[in-house]
Amino acid sequence: MSFQPVHFYQTGTFTVGNRLLEPSERSVQANIQRTNSLNSGHRACQGCGEALGARYAIDAAMNAARGRLIAANATGCLEVFSTPYPETSWQIPWIHSLFGNTAAVATGIAAAIKVKKHKGEMGDVRVVAQGGDGGTTDIGFGCLSGMFERNDDVLYICYDNGGYMNTGVQRSSATPPAARTATTMPVGPEPGNQFGQGKFVPAIAMAHEIPYVATATVADLRDLEYKVTKAMGIRGARYIHILVPCPLGWGAASEDTILLARLAKETGIFPVFEAENGEVTGTLKIRRKQPVEAYLQRQKRYAHLFGKKPAVETIARLQAAADKNIRKYGLLDQEAN
Amino acid sequence: MLKQTEGSHAVAEAVGLCRPEVICAYPISPQTHIVEGLGEMVKSGEVTDCEFINVESEFAAMSVAIGSSATGARTYTATASQGILFMCEAVYNASGLGLPIVMTVANRAIGAPINIWNDHTDALSQRDSGWIQLFAETNQEALDLHILAFKLAEEVSLPVMVCMDGFILTHAYERVDVPTQEQVDAFLPPYEPRQALDPTDPVSIGAMVGPEAFSEVRYLAHAKQMQALELIPKLAAQFKTIFGRDSGGLTHSYLTDDAETIVVAMGSILGTIKDVVDEMRQAGEKIGVLGISSYRPFPLDNVRAALQNAKRVVVLEKSLAVGIGGVVSTDVRMAMSGLQLEGHTVVAGLGGRAITMKSLHALFAKAIRGELERLTFLDLDWDVVNKQLERERTTRRSGPAAESMLRDVGVVAARIG
Amino acid sequence: MFQVRIHGRGGQGVVTAAEMLSIAAFEEGRHAQAFPSFGSERTGAPVVAFCRIADQEIRLREPIMEPDALIIQDPTLLFQVDVFSGLKKGGYILINTSRSFTDLGLADFVRDWPEERLLTVPATDLSRKHVGRPMPNVPLLAGFAAASGIIRLESVIKAINTKFSEKIARNNIAAATEAYQFVTDEIAGASHQEAAHA
Repeated sequence: MSFQPVHFYQTGTFTVGNRLLEPSERSVQANIQRTNSLNSGHRACQGCGEALGARYAIDAAMNAARGRLIAANATGCLEVFSTPYPETSWQIPWIHSLFGNTAAVATGIAAAIKVKKHKGEMGDVRVVAQGGDGGTTDIGFGCLSGMFERNDDVLYICYDNGGYMNTGVQRSSATPPAARTATTMPVGPEPGNQFGQGKFVPAIAMAHEIPYVATATVADLRDLEYKVTKAMGIRGARYIHILVPCPLGWGAASEDTILLARLAKETGIFPVFEAENGEVTGTLKIRRKQPVEAYLQRQKRYAHLFGKKPAVETIARLQAAADKNIRKYGLLDQEAN
Repeated sequence: MLKQTEGSHAVAEAVGLCRPEVICAYPISPQTHIVEGLGEMVKSGEVTDCEFINVESEFAAMSVAIGSSATGARTYTATASQGILFMCEAVYNASGLGLPIVMTVANRAIGAPINIWNDHTDALSQRDSGWIQLFAETNQEALDLHILAFKLAEEVSLPVMVCMDGFILTHAYERVDVPTQEQVDAFLPPYEPRQALDPTDPVSIGAMVGPEAFSEVRYLAHAKQMQALELIPKLAAQFKTIFGRDSGGLTHSYLTDDAETIVVAMGSILGTIKDVVDEMRQAGEKIGVLGISSYRPFPLDNVRAALQNAKRVVVLEKSLAVGIGGVVSTDVRMAMSGLQLEGHTVVAGLGGRAITMKSLHALFAKAIRGELERLTFLDLDWDVVNKQLERERTTRRSGPAAESMLRDVGVVAARIG
Repeated sequence: MFQVRIHGRGGQGVVTAAEMLSIAAFEEGRHAQAFPSFGSERTGAPVVAFCRIADQEIRLREPIMEPDALIIQDPTLLFQVDVFSGLKKGGYILINTSRSFTDLGLADFVRDWPEERLLTVPATDLSRKHVGRPMPNVPLLAGFAAASGIIRLESVIKAINTKFSEKIARNNIAAATEAYQFVTDEIAGASHQEAAHA
């Protein structure tokens, strides 16, 4: 698993300072040779978790692929903010086709590479597909499942910010319960997104028994890099699901992106783990367990839970869901309890 | 080599000879035999350096094709009917991105009511998608058009649909001349993409374009189709020098020079019409046929030139633009703009309804007598239609229309014709 | 142009029969067009397939509504489907049966028919015997060759070799050869009878 042997961490972040590590263990971003695959100058919002996640993930993939990488991108924030015509932030070959077909486009790229490589017309080029939660868990799900099932040689990365932010914050099947979106307004007897709905695609990916599935957050960027690097060392279908806070959609302060990602993990709301061939092989443990309120209270999408009359029951249900994750994925070390 | 074989198999052989690099397959009748054939050819090693991918939907088929074509691989897929609708978003995307994918459309009706038989509604629903659309009259032409299609697609960087009548051609055994690998190689050079996803020369493909350039980018698509209009006859001529056959081109005229009545049609029905024309010619009628091989780009000038000396034009089409009448007719009439011609639209053969010589004889005779209406539905059973209209007039909850009408028809098992 | 319509049920190789007939005609340098009656593929459902044979290119695409010959692979269809629809007067009728036309209840229908155009072959029995399963299409095709003279037995054998691999082809050729002989004898018998009547 990705635990770093060094247990130091700086105040306010669990990221280990690069200066304390051997050069080989440093972040790809600490290297002057980093590719800047997603270059600066793009149009993402201040504090965008997806931009951060994509930068780390794709640079790590580029590093692992020795600069021979092609990316397919679903419609969505990442696509829109990175390629306003005629500009592009992408320093790698990159294609955007549609909202719901990215996994299939990546399959096509991988197939073409396979043939071209066999013919000696191309070297060993790798393929990454990426999309938001809408493009992955909803509209792109059919193509994603097909790509998994065929075990095509593609690393698919989902940047999960829990909704359709590009179109103005609507609910997706990755929107958490009780969250306010433009289509799950905090009105009526059960304000916000309904309980008992939605899906957790990493578990569905595991059910396809593909070689590698992992979750990550932008709070643990070294863990993210480790997982991307590991995934790139494997052939076949791989899936990494990254929680990327969205200041706009979540109603959070731009400077809280990392903090919220960390709280999602530390509360158990978002389990961080990895799985091989359908079985969980490692989890990133909670270091200091936090109650869900610590996470919820910093986001306006949950503001309706904390009015004059706090929605105690709803908060308890969210806490129960987090606790279930902790049990299910073994997120707490026994000694830490 | 001359062979007696199934249309689908002939097409599979032609595609195989074009050295495809990626083929994606999703089953839908009546195109299945084509991809089955190719699947076997790839698996057995008859076609080498090719990935054959069984995808989970037509939407995925076209999407995989987009990915592979954008990576510089010669890419093929096939579909029909509901399949082309299901992939529609990706169909537009492929042409918008300028990817020279070749796709067979084994023409079939679109539901509801579900129907697996032949008409042209599926391909024509995509007439504005930016794809080049070529229609085959025979299995020989279907075979030839695939070879032409790859060359045309790659020269203008646009995708091409080769449309062949489902079942009527795809499942028909007839004589075809299958060319040699040397002939195909001489005609079709390796694919040199205008754009490719390549780490040695990274590009971004598929950027968002705002109002400042969208019209220009779209105009370019039109300009490329206009280039195709110029190129198609040249390629047909080149094809003839290598393969010795007339195939492709923009239109095919048959006895139109002195014709007072010209029938315009697309696809395999042209053969039956020619037989009728021959018989009517023997009886002294000045009648001819204009076959449209390239529906997109639409050869306005050629159609106009072929029709301008006629007295009347009958567009016989296997498609229906609900609410106006004909699909092909609309384009033919645009070609006829300003010509003082009697124009007739005949909607025929929908959902596999047999178009018989007998019906065509009666139809053309009626046109010549000046009795044919502007819009005609060939061999329509008015009793069944009127009965249903009456049912709907008198009963609010008249129930599902198709089912009621089927009951009225009284379906006969294995009805002939 | 000579037009053949084949009736049978899904699973009896009806479509294959039409295709093989077209291959046999092609082998003799003729133009041929075979096509099925385009339905969903269901075992046991009535199926129709068509074959046109001509000396020049066949452009016509309509179904065969006025056949010169009928091959009926399954006699249970006789009173279920209008198999005789449009059959040209005096056209060939070849039925897969070991019964007579009279026994099949067709005596009235074929009253004015020339005897040598009314033929039966126990094709299912022959295919069981030689191929090991009830696949009447090939023996019937050989029977049709014998009955009509439109195609030769050698061409049917070529078509068999095109469609089937070695052992199955061999067995089918055996079935075809016996069926061909059976019909040849039948015709001889019919003309003998006619001669006797005369």
